[in-house]
Amino acid sequence: MPPRGVILGLFMAQMTTDTHSGAGLRKARTHRVSDALPGETLIGWLKDMLLIREFENRCAQAYQQAKIGGFCHLYTGQEAVAVGTIQSLERDDPIVTAYRDHGHALARGMDPGACMAEMFGKITGCAKGKGGSMHMFDKPNWLFGGHGIVGAQTPLGTGLAFAARYEWEVMGKPCPNPGVKPGDKPKKKVSLAYLGDGALNQGALHEAMNLAGLYSLPVIYVVENNGYSMGTAIERGTTMAHDLRKKADAYGIRGEIIDGFDVIDLYDDFKPVVDWCRENQRPAFVDLKTYRYLGHSMSDPQKYRTKEEVDQFKGKDSIDRLASQLMGERKGKDGKPILSETRFTEIQAEVKEAVRKAMDFAEESPTPEVEAELYSDVFINPQPNLSPTRDYIHGVKNPLL
Amino acid sequence: MPRTDMMKEKGLTLVDAINEALYQEMERDERVVCLGEDVGLNGGVFRVTDGLQKRFGADRVVDTPLAESGIMGTAIGLAMGGMRPIPEIQFEGFLGPAYDQLTNHAARYRTRSRGAITVPMTVRVPVGGGIHAPELHSDSPESIYAHTPGLKVVMPCTPYDAKGLLLSAIRDPDPIVFFEPKRVYRSYREQIPEEEYTIPIGQAKVVSEGTDITVVSWGASVFECLAALDKLPEDVSAELIDLRTIYPIDQDTIIQSVLKTGRCVIVHEAPKTCGMGAELSAIIQEHCFLHLKAPVQRVAGFDTVMPYYKLELEYLPNAERIGEAIVQTLSY
Ligand SMILES: Cc1ncc(C[n+]2csc(CCOP(=O)(O)OP(=O)(O)O)c2C)c(N)n1
Ligand SMILES: [Mg+2]
Repeated sequence: MPPRGVILGLFMAQMTTDTHSGAGLRKARTHRVSDALPGETLIGWLKDMLLIREFENRCAQAYQQAKIGGFCHLYTGQEAVAVGTIQSLERDDPIVTAYRDHGHALARGMDPGACMAEMFGKITGCAKGKGGSMHMFDKPNWLFGGHGIVGAQTPLGTGLAFAARYEWEVMGKPCPNPGVKPGDKPKKKVSLAYLGDGALNQGALHEAMNLAGLYSLPVIYVVENNGYSMGTAIERGTTMAHDLRKKADAYGIRGEIIDGFDVIDLYDDFKPVVDWCRENQRPAFVDLKTYRYLGHSMSDPQKYRTKEEVDQFKGKDSIDRLASQLMGERKGKDGKPILSETRFTEIQAEVKEAVRKAMDFAEESPTPEVEAELYSDVFINPQPNLSPTRDYIHGVKNPLL
Repeated sequence: MPRTDMMKEKGLTLVDAINEALYQEMERDERVVCLGEDVGLNGGVFRVTDGLQKRFGADRVVDTPLAESGIMGTAIGLAMGGMRPIPEIQFEGFLGPAYDQLTNHAARYRTRSRGAITVPMTVRVPVGGGIHAPELHSDSPESIYAHTPGLKVVMPCTPYDAKGLLLSAIRDPDPIVFFEPKRVYRSYREQIPEEEYTIPIGQAKVVSEGTDITVVSWGASVFECLAALDKLPEDVSAELIDLRTIYPIDQDTIIQSVLKTGRCVIVHEAPKTCGMGAELSAIIQEHCFLHLKAPVQRVAGFDTVMPYYKLELEYLPNAERIGEAIVQTLSY
């Protein structure tokens, strides 16, 4: 260990599943919103979480085989967060996130093939293979993108909330967006701006929260608090790490700490926050405790944490937990667990197959054509002089948009 | 860090050379402080500051929160207070959040205080494409900072130049953006002196002498130019200039060369419009007009956002495109 500083204390924070958890703060519940959910819905969540896990495993392999280039930040361990929060929303509530975005894309319903093709840099990817791992966009599913500048997405989520409130209260009609038909009434919406704990330290977030508090905008800042910003443990980079709600307090925003290791508990805690924000058109801030199992990106020696710590969190795996709940205490009307072992095995096989298909699709898809794609999508076509030949070639239409 | 056997045998990489310069200057001057995201415990995203915290402690090799504006502003304050801060920004795209502090404060303090307050700070930033990274991790924004009065901009491409220029930069009384072409970080080794030495800021380097055509470049593109020169017909004598310092521009070296050759090709990764190539070709026509035998050509990135991975190599100037431009210019 390097010497401790005079000005700067230096330590490796050891997290435990007890200290990094929201479970202890949970108020005694009079009722659980999840009780009303059909068994099939919960099985669907399990399937989504398994899909993300399998997808990320295959991404790691493809990266090792140099089929995926550049950066690749995997979501493994955090599956409950994307699934539980997105399931608390309406389909047309807008969301933005950071660069660890495959999970959100899949949970929002992006075709795994389009997601994988984007990773592979293929034209059939959700951003025509020109964005890669950090840039998952799916406008039809109201996913306004992954973002490479840490924290920069948070004001965008604020703006999306502003737009929604404007439609509803000022314009009285929705903007022409996916799924909107002529004559549709505007809706009360909530936007979600996901951020990592590292982004807590960026100015952009604080400007965004002040705006949201000031204008009363229905946006929820969801901190996916996995305890680390690259190699920096949260206590080493953020003040008041033990109670981040204080940051929200300062902006007049409702703050919550929520445990992200059990997706049903997460839903029971998070859904009421969403409903409250929607109803009152107010912002909220959620410190969602979670953990990433793998390195920050594909080349991370992980000197900043111990294997024991990682193992401890793996022991609290949200997918295992949900599977055992559905195969155990969660009973259907017939008194039997809602998920049988056979069905679980089938689901696992279906998920494997879906991801295998996505891999094949990505593999077999063509790479973007240089003439058509190097100069397209900078402005609406055509613009002279973007290309060295003076020709501006029209981009092919993205099959997904 | 002290040299390893590998370095002794095979030479130093750009990363090794920068690390050595930082190490030596920190030994020499206790006012030198490195700060940035994960520069200490983890030794930096590209491991450029590896081992420094172990040697110099946590107060001199400072792990900061993820906050570029804060890092840059704090470094400016440190510099104003008499220190020699070296902030690291992990990738050139993250200069965005720090832009205000860098251009509105660091660059203008000397002017604003009429010389009373200066900002001797060296901002280290990996730059450029070629490592399969997406936009914001592959850009070449040097002309933006060269266009900002009050900033010096340096971009060495060899270990030798990196060490000498970094030592000059740290000792320079004004703020410097020190761009490190990440494609070269570990792709090239050379033997360089172990003892400290400096290379003056503002001096271009003639990499190879020639009489028929001048090729000017900087950063990782210099290596593409070398490859292009290799493929030229035997009877073509090309002069290759590595700008090394983007601003202040070494006008004399370029003008002298073009007066001699009468032809020039400028090569850079940044988008063509308003890239440094535009400025250089203006300087050339101002000073060499009657000596020019052909229009000055630019081989550059396109005016589009740096594309990802599969298209990256189409975007970056390569030896083939550079070779074509040279041949065209020669046969004008
Ligand atoms: C403005 C900016 N600075 C630095 C980076 C480099 N960087 C990418 S991710 C990261 C850590 C972010 O951690 P956190 O917000 O906790 O998200 P997590 O990786 O844990 O999901 C850093 C420093 C960046 N992308 N953007
Ligand atoms: Mg984190």
